[in-house]
Amino acid sequence: MVVCALKKRAFRRYLLLNLYMATAVVSELGRFKILAEYGFSSRQYQYFYYYSDAILTIFLYFALSTLYAHVFSEMNAERYVKMGTLLLLAGTALFTYAVVEQSTAKLVTHFVVELSQNLYFVGLVLTYVLWAAILKLRETRTRLIQLVLSLGVYFSLFAANYAIRNLYPPLSSVFVPLVQVFGLFLPLAWAYAFWRLPEDARLVPARLAVIPR
Amino acid sequence: MMAAFILICSVYLLLTFFVSYCRSLLAASVKHALSAEVQDVAGIKNSASGEDFARVVQLLQLCPDRPEDRSGIQAIGAYFNLLGFVRSTIARVIPTLRTWTERERGQCTYFAAVTLERRIAFSRDMFAQQLES
Repeated sequence: MVVCALKKRAFRRYLLLNLYMATAVVSELGRFKILAEYGFSSRQYQYFYYYSDAILTIFLYFALSTLYAHVFSEMNAERYVKMGTLLLLAGTALFTYAVVEQSTAKLVTHFVVELSQNLYFVGLVLTYVLWAAILKLRETRTRLIQLVLSLGVYFSLFAANYAIRNLYPPLSSVFVPLVQVFGLFLPLAWAYAFWRLPEDARLVPARLAVIPR
Repeated sequence: MMAAFILICSVYLLLTFFVSYCRSLLAASVKHALSAEVQDVAGIKNSASGEDFARVVQLLQLCPDRPEDRSGIQAIGAYFNLLGFVRSTIARVIPTLRTWTERERGQCTYFAAVTLERRIAFSRDMFAQQLES
């Protein structure tokens, strides 16, 4: 995806999205190295996996805020978007802390895992709000619309996966491996958006809504 | 309770985003005019029909794969199956929904035909490069 963005000269325009993908690649390489050295069920791999996942989720959350900045660019609302992003992140972290406070053992690890799960859901709600804003403001940039929609699919896949695992823990053996399959969707969809769609491509967003507007 | 709420919201939003994403892919492909050659190969004369989708996808699989097209065609394949499910269940009792699913399935076929045209052009380029070298 980063290569596609570089080739189509969109790297700087969507800087945080590209940096997120580059970080994800580094994180995957680190996971593979630890997996090869210590094994799948080792404590080292589990710690590295969940901590890196939390960092990546926070990174993706900030990447989402840059998509907000793109949509609201004409309103000069960048400052408010930044402030809102930080406030919501702090609020999610506080909520997560309040939930995990009761468990005394491995508080930090528990917090990191819960924060990551909660941020997927917060990210999903924020993406939906952004999609509603795109429809309301009649945003027509095809590439931006596809970046937002694919991010929405990605967040909802992960949020649903975590919710099912919390509801039915015995199903974890089925849903944990699915994370790797879901993880492929975002880089492929974003690579497609950068490679196939020129920056000046336009479409009518109201035609895409499930419920016609 | 909380997990059940999150699950319901996530599944609803997943469907919303997925359908809109697939429709954005279809909308981008509709602007592409198919060549007469691909229309002949794909069997699309006047307008694309959902019945031709499986055949066009089979033709696609005969051409060399292009990684940048993979996510699009897989997403549209899943969307086509979803439409097939809606068509054989809810759309049986709602005629307007049946018309809508037919139109969407036709657009899925058109998307596959556009991808086929790109793959044919890509194969020709590769063949020409091989001949030159």
